[in-house]
Amino acid sequence: MREFATEVVESDVLILGGGMGGCGVALEAAYWAKAAGLSVKLVDKAAIDRSGAIAMGLSAINTYMGQDGKVTHDQHTPEEFVEYVTNDQMGLTRQDLVYDMARHVDSSVKHFDKWGLPIWKDEAGNYSKSGKWQVMISGESYKVIVAEAAKNALGMDNIYERIVITHLLKDEKDPNRVCGAVGFSTREDKFYVFKAKAVYCGMGGAVGIFRPRSQGEALGRSWYPPFNSGTTYALMLLAGAELTQMDVTFVPPRFKDSYGPVGTFFLLFKTPALDAYDQPYVFSYLSETDNWAPYSKVKPTPTPVRNYEMILATKAGKAPLMMHTEGAAERIKKETPDPKEQKKELRKFENEAWEDFLDMTISGATNWAAHNVDPLEKPMEIMTGDPVFIGSHASSVGAWCCGAEDLMPAEYKADFPGQYNLMTTVMGLFTGADGVGASAHKFSSGSHVTGRIAGKAAVKLAYDSKDYTPAVSDETINKLKETVLRPLALYEEKSTYTTTPDINPEYVSPNMFMFRLQKIMGENAGGWETLYGTSDKMLEQALWKLGLCGEDTEKIGAADLHDLERAWENIHRYWVAEACARTRMARKESRWPGYYHKYDYLKLDEGQKHFVNVKYDVSKKEWEVIERPMVPII
Amino acid sequence: MPSFVMREKCDGCKGQDKTACMYICPNDLMKLDKDGSVTGVPMKAYNQEPAYCWECYSCVKICPQQAIDVRGYADFMPLGAASTPLRGTSDIMWTIKFRDGRIKRFKYPIRTTTEGSIKALEGFPEAKVEGLSNQLLLGEPDIMGVKELPTRK
Ligand SMILES: Cc1cc2nc3c(=O)[nH]c(=O)nc-3n(C[C@H](O)[C@H](O)[C@H](O)COP(=O)(O)OP(=O)(O)OC[C@H]3O[C@@H](n4cnc5c(N)ncnc54)[C@H](O)[C@@H]3O)c2cc1C
Ligand code: SF4
Ligand code: SF4
Repeated sequence: MREFATEVVESDVLILGGGMGGCGVALEAAYWAKAAGLSVKLVDKAAIDRSGAIAMGLSAINTYMGQDGKVTHDQHTPEEFVEYVTNDQMGLTRQDLVYDMARHVDSSVKHFDKWGLPIWKDEAGNYSKSGKWQVMISGESYKVIVAEAAKNALGMDNIYERIVITHLLKDEKDPNRVCGAVGFSTREDKFYVFKAKAVYCGMGGAVGIFRPRSQGEALGRSWYPPFNSGTTYALMLLAGAELTQMDVTFVPPRFKDSYGPVGTFFLLFKTPALDAYDQPYVFSYLSETDNWAPYSKVKPTPTPVRNYEMILATKAGKAPLMMHTEGAAERIKKETPDPKEQKKELRKFENEAWEDFLDMTISGATNWAAHNVDPLEKPMEIMTGDPVFIGSHASSVGAWCCGAEDLMPAEYKADFPGQYNLMTTVMGLFTGADGVGASAHKFSSGSHVTGRIAGKAAVKLAYDSKDYTPAVSDETINKLKETVLRPLALYEEKSTYTTTPDINPEYVSPNMFMFRLQKIMGENAGGWETLYGTSDKMLEQALWKLGLCGEDTEKIGAADLHDLERAWENIHRYWVAEACARTRMARKESRWPGYYHKYDYLKLDEGQKHFVNVKYDVSKKEWEVIERPMVPII
Repeated sequence: MPSFVMREKCDGCKGQDKTACMYICPNDLMKLDKDGSVTGVPMKAYNQEPAYCWECYSCVKICPQQAIDVRGYADFMPLGAASTPLRGTSDIMWTIKFRDGRIKRFKYPIRTTTEGSIKALEGFPEAKVEGLSNQLLLGEPDIMGVKELPTRK
């Protein structure tokens, strides 16, 4: 094996991931670090201008209260938001965390406005709301703008791009403390060691653990971006942090295949979605969905129940389900009989409809054009996609985190080694955005603001730990380096044994390892293949086979640095798969039926209205399932 | 396929050590074929793993030669359509070509300030260490237009 140089980088605060959350950390930590005389560094495997879920842009900021009243409609309080989120997540949520995000979220949006994000406004300057919580934007450059602010706050010298983070570092004197991370460059033969007093772990969610619906070229067109592979959850788990609700994945109901967004069509354009016989499928299966009362009875219908209606309609032979964009055009024609006005209104609708797609899912626009479908004239099919891990959307996976001092219920206090906002159950390890569990509906704005909350708390911890220095031996570093580069060494050593490197008895390619995971999860653990159904017995099969995948994480071969990135992405996917399957096994009910349900417990059981958390002990190779109580604050 | 590079237009970013498309792709897909062993021509870029492409168009928008385009995923899109952006400093223009030849054009704003003008920490009072123990973040509560941060009643 060729030599890789080792570079050691030290800072007080270390930000892993420059996504929406990480850019929030950068802004806030830079501000407070100046006062405290501390240093902050950020690492990402991509270029933060266009990295993570917002690489393409977005057409709406989905979480905004409008506390100052300067909104076209729907000014709301954090309390109202907490009620909404709790019901959407079928009664289970960390209300203290949701409240904290909601009370701060407007401030991030005001910063975005100042920086130059085009937010839609009326003549009086009020933000244009499309629904209860959503503000419309022209957001093609949303991430570029947010990244520019992060770079400006931190300084370019403190930003390391194209470095794939593979492991967190644990302190060798304090077994429950994280003190850095390691990774490798995809541009040169270099191994990186980052040491810090406080670490923010925020590398997004994960897709590709369950099998995407498209198997060919469009494997990469999952709704969720293929470049986030569960590093956030895997690394926190392996550092000993408690993860919560790893069973509550999100299933996106979207335009079929392209995953064009539906939110703006429903909220802004009031577009009808109907079954194949032009009948509404919503509220059409009450004899079944009423089993999820009281949650299913509250408006708006919780996302997992709305999805379940799509599943029930499909089982009843009522698919394909269609989004009648032309119906919205018809309505506009009826409402504006004057020909000139009508033309203007239709043009406005067309402009906004296409912008929705072109800002955030360009494939959706091309898919209309490729099928000769003009949305003003014809409907397109909608369908539920593959389950994804995302803690900031309408789902709840992530770490069990400490809340704000004035909000967190006393019952949770003992779970954390210190009272720092958004710190996990491990000292020095913070997260935000997709990383925070049981705290859904942050979306882009809430992700940024939870990053800021964590950023300030991380500076506080670093300031409080003035005399602390990370204890990590050279021996540990060398061992980690060998582990990280192992896929390259294995490939180099064994690949010439056969005439083509793709098929070799000594190693598996990152891709084939991923397909194996997807086969197990998709077919046995509640993927679209079974219409999201699983059972204890199916999960037993899944866990047995996942165990063998675990053994084979040491048998992945990588031809080059790009392949090495894929290798580690898939090792991280494996750990997230385990955490998910184990949580699904522990939950003996079907609380979120349109996300996943259990054939053997096909009902809601209010006796199980508690959080199911998992923890892993690396040295003993032991999993632990922990129940935590739901303590409401409003 | 999904993103592809037009052989005639790509100039390998004139042999700079970092090409624009390699720099930007969030999934590390674009690669410069220095010796021509993959593409047949030295110093041309290509998508090394098309099945991992999100069709995010970051490479298309950034290429100085407009050498990159996207052919919609062949496993669900019929041939013949294209969405082509032209991204300026304050707007983006889109040309949508339908399979049957129809064309639609759209123009949307992308930013209201000039690139590079953000001074994220300017105009706010300097942070003080004592502030670390309160709940207020940069600019709060004034920036939100409220007198105080809400708390649990
Ligand atoms: C398809 C989609 C549509 C959405 N639509 C909307 C919307 O309309 N409105 C809205 O408000 N919100 C929307 N959201 C939500 C919003 O995008 C997320 O809430 C937000 O991006 C989450 O922030 P994050 O920091 O957790 O992750 P991300 O922003 O995804 O950032 C993750 C970062 O981690 C980096 N990374 C990953 N792995 C590694 C590694 N191993 N080493 C180093 N770096 C790594 C990535 O490169 C990336 O920079 C949408 C999300 C998705 C997926
Ligand atoms: S950015 Fe454009 S010109 Fe530069 S290498 Fe890539 S495809 Fe070629
Ligand atoms: S479209 Fe996006 S994911 Fe695909 S190659 Fe270009 S930058 Fe990468």
